[in-house]
Amino acid sequence: MNTAVIVFPGSNCDQDVMHAVAGSLGTKVRAVWHKETTLPEDTDFVILPGGFSFGDYLRCGAMAARSPIMKAVAEHGRRGGLLLGICNGFQILTESRLLPGALLPNRTLNFVCRPCFLRVESVSTPFTSLFSKGQVVQFPIAHGDGLYTLPEEELKALEDRGGVVFRYSDSDGLTGDNANPNGSANNIAGIVNERGNILGLMPHPERASEALTGGEDGRVFWQSILESFTKGGR
Amino acid sequence: MTYRVSIFIELQEGVLDIQGKAVERSLAGMGHDALRSVKVGKYIQVWVETGSAEDARKEAERMCDDLLVNSVIEQFRIEVEGE
Amino acid sequence: MEYTQAGLRETEYEEIRRVLGREPNECELRIMGVMWSEHCSYKSTKNLLKLFPNNGDRVVLGPGENAGIIDLGDGLGAAFKAESHNHPSAVAPYQGAATGVGGIIRDILALGARPVASMDGLFFGEPSSPRTQSLASGIVHGVGGYGNAVGVPTVGGKTAYDPSYNENPLLNAFCIGLIPLDEIVSSRTARPGQAVVLLGSKTGRDGIAGAAFASVELSEDNKASRPSIQIGDPFGEKLLIEACLEMNEKKLIVSMQDMGAAGIISSSSEVAAKSGVGMILHFDKIPLRAENMEPWEIALSESQERMLLIVDRSYLHEVMEVAEKWELDCAEFGETVEGDEYTILFHGERAASLPATLIGDRCPLIPWPSRRPADLEKKWEFDVDDIPLPEDWNETLLSLLADPSLASKKRIYEQYDSMVQLNTVIGPGHPVSMLRIKGRDSLIAMTLDADPWKCSLDPFRGGAETVARPVRDLAVAGARAAGLTDCLNFPSPEVPEQYWVLEECVKGMAEACGAFDCPVVSGNVSLYNESPDGAILPTPVVGTVGIIPSIDAALSAGTWEEGDVLFLVGPCNPSLAGSRYLLSQGKLAGRPLPFYPEAEKDFVERALKTASAKAAHSGRALSGGGLAAALAKESMESGIGASISLSIPTRKDILLFGEGCARALYAVPMSRVPLFKVLWNGYPCIQLGRVGGERLSVEGAFSLTVSELLSKWRNG
Repeated sequence: MNTAVIVFPGSNCDQDVMHAVAGSLGTKVRAVWHKETTLPEDTDFVILPGGFSFGDYLRCGAMAARSPIMKAVAEHGRRGGLLLGICNGFQILTESRLLPGALLPNRTLNFVCRPCFLRVESVSTPFTSLFSKGQVVQFPIAHGDGLYTLPEEELKALEDRGGVVFRYSDSDGLTGDNANPNGSANNIAGIVNERGNILGLMPHPERASEALTGGEDGRVFWQSILESFTKGGR
Repeated sequence: MTYRVSIFIELQEGVLDIQGKAVERSLAGMGHDALRSVKVGKYIQVWVETGSAEDARKEAERMCDDLLVNSVIEQFRIEVEGE
Repeated sequence: MEYTQAGLRETEYEEIRRVLGREPNECELRIMGVMWSEHCSYKSTKNLLKLFPNNGDRVVLGPGENAGIIDLGDGLGAAFKAESHNHPSAVAPYQGAATGVGGIIRDILALGARPVASMDGLFFGEPSSPRTQSLASGIVHGVGGYGNAVGVPTVGGKTAYDPSYNENPLLNAFCIGLIPLDEIVSSRTARPGQAVVLLGSKTGRDGIAGAAFASVELSEDNKASRPSIQIGDPFGEKLLIEACLEMNEKKLIVSMQDMGAAGIISSSSEVAAKSGVGMILHFDKIPLRAENMEPWEIALSESQERMLLIVDRSYLHEVMEVAEKWELDCAEFGETVEGDEYTILFHGERAASLPATLIGDRCPLIPWPSRRPADLEKKWEFDVDDIPLPEDWNETLLSLLADPSLASKKRIYEQYDSMVQLNTVIGPGHPVSMLRIKGRDSLIAMTLDADPWKCSLDPFRGGAETVARPVRDLAVAGARAAGLTDCLNFPSPEVPEQYWVLEECVKGMAEACGAFDCPVVSGNVSLYNESPDGAILPTPVVGTVGIIPSIDAALSAGTWEEGDVLFLVGPCNPSLAGSRYLLSQGKLAGRPLPFYPEAEKDFVERALKTASAKAAHSGRALSGGGLAAALAKESMESGIGASISLSIPTRKDILLFGEGCARALYAVPMSRVPLFKVLWNGYPCIQLGRVGGERLSVEGAFSLTVSELLSKWRNG
């Protein structure tokens, strides 16, 4: 499985993502500059990493979503290719309308960085196939604009179709205000598109890919992706 | 001719305006008893070279569609200087 | 123009005239006025700084460079430095803090190193005052706003409060980066015939004469000081970091210099002077973003996110290509020449012509008079019998834990990204921060500390304690201190008593550095931290770095386990002088304990062995709040209580709250107790009790549940 990590000016988790994927899977990972107009030919998996692309100016992810490479990224997603947006990457996916909704400033108006428990809501996505439904995992968060919002009816539709993949919870898997770090609607931490090939999440799985530096739940995340790819041949 | 176009961007009704709420609380805490509510938005100016004020407005609207406004959560209005 | 208007003293003006052999013109006067200000020239402290030991086995680069570098082994170096940004933070807290963080990052970058972590020393005034809360909020947001965006994790720091900082908050920013030893970029390697290039943001009027601003006390009307504030753009800095590292990786540059205080003039003249070349600069080639800027304004502008590059002509094109990729302005604006002449040309006119070595280096030093304060002995008058024992031990401990200088800083450090770059093994909220080095077993350990209260009571002993504390912390964690960087924050040196205090602090620090064989590899001085309302406490801040051979040899804090035996190593007669316990009752009195070099060195060796032999589950050197604070913090972090009985004749409050000397609290698993006792045989060591249960209880003193402690410590 060949992975392409898109690098925007201001991205700062691109090298982290490359390290985590290469370290967890041993597969080929390449950095792709935002000004390119095509993805490398054999690209199977595209990641939009975290950071502050374009300084978060105007709106988080707004300018990155209009970068030259995004046409090819959207095409990859529309063809059913695996596409993942982490943190700023999730913001870019919503700005690109590849995922529904928007990310607003945290309810506390403060940036927050800490370990974070998530409940796995859906294991029928290629990103979560190796987890079990209801399993509680730990992926750290680090964001100032993570409040997921969606109009009422669309939110209901998202929930009904099982589009919520990760929900903020406590260590026992219980959701609630105290366990929600940013005020996201329905405690939503990560969602997937209807087809199931595009995932956006605010927490950072690459920061939980090594026991020494944050926990290993992220490894299962990367392994799910590889396993699903290998099985599905996508 | 060069026109200065002012674009006022605000969150749509129903979208949580946390900044507005926070500012409202601060002002109320400072004793502004007449205050009822606050909405925090953005003000962007663009200078464009077009044939008419109407064309300038159209250019600005295109820019809003292309980048400046996220229509999922924001709405906007435009004022053209000289119109 | 009068030389006084440029901020020059008479001796300085005379020296300039003597060296030039003529009257300096206005542009030259303004340039010299800023370059010879305290902030840029260190004219008041150069002699004092010579007292610091600068050499050591691991020192690759010492003071006087962009940052110091220590050898981590196997061809890798760690570059680190701390810098203050106090005066700007008082006037515009967010931007002052943001640009402070940005500035120190560029110093590390200028050596070709990738910045990998930051720490911050924050000193604020009376915690309940609205002004302090407003300053503190702005500064914390500024540190986070810049650090998070630029992608450098903030992994530690120190935050403390004292009324003396009411109008003069302190912001000391520390940064560390990694660099292969054979890729270090030097400022001494420029040769004649090379291109002088400016990379980064356009130059405007930001912060002009800001360096001079930092050398002057803050006046009543600080609104008038506003134009001197620089505005930071972390996005621009991130691009600058990537561009510079890419250029260095491709070996395209000869030399690099950060543009900080006095921007263009300071960076270019420094490279010229150190390399032994002259320069001819065409200021009309510099990309500007303000209109009608005069040469002196361009020279002194402190517009942020700019670097000076010296480039061999044959590589200019490639340099421009990298700059274009990262969408940074890049302009060739001068050339290096033979000789020592530094010339500024502007639209065909010669605006200034000065010897390069004169600008940065030959400012006459000022021998300020020094006088021992008359009230020193009075401060030491302190009868411990006048201090009543606590009536309610529980309330007393909770009060201590709620003291803002001791309380949990979680609310602050969770606003900082402490994990980006995937190297953080132990982050903020612990005595020592640890970073792993990818591809290696060894880890970097570091910590930032200060004790202004002890420095104000006895500057020599306080200075030594300031150096000793981080060394003890590192040793307990399993790291031998390899080098330190210092930020000396002091009031005006023009008051003889204040100068004496500065002198004594430096002497005390130097004594401890010598004893520990821990050289000062870089540093910064910030003077004139006072206002009409008063002067700050003498505040030397130290950032100390060490190496742990592997994760196995590292000992964490806050990880004691049920059944562990608790030991206190170190003298049992600490002192309440300058202790957090007395301070939280509003008392600053007594004479802190002396520095005992032999005992300190002994402690370090035993602590290192304890860590590498895995003889303990958890270890914490004692500092603010003494044994009581250490016990509380260990039990709160571990989530388990302990039962302690103190069978020593020392008064309980002195034993529990006293500070000073090399002491530590260890939690030792039963099976390792014999080994532990052997390792500490010959050093004072007493058994305190056992870890277990929900309560932290000290017989005859306090007894509280872990949740009660946490609630007070976290929420005040």
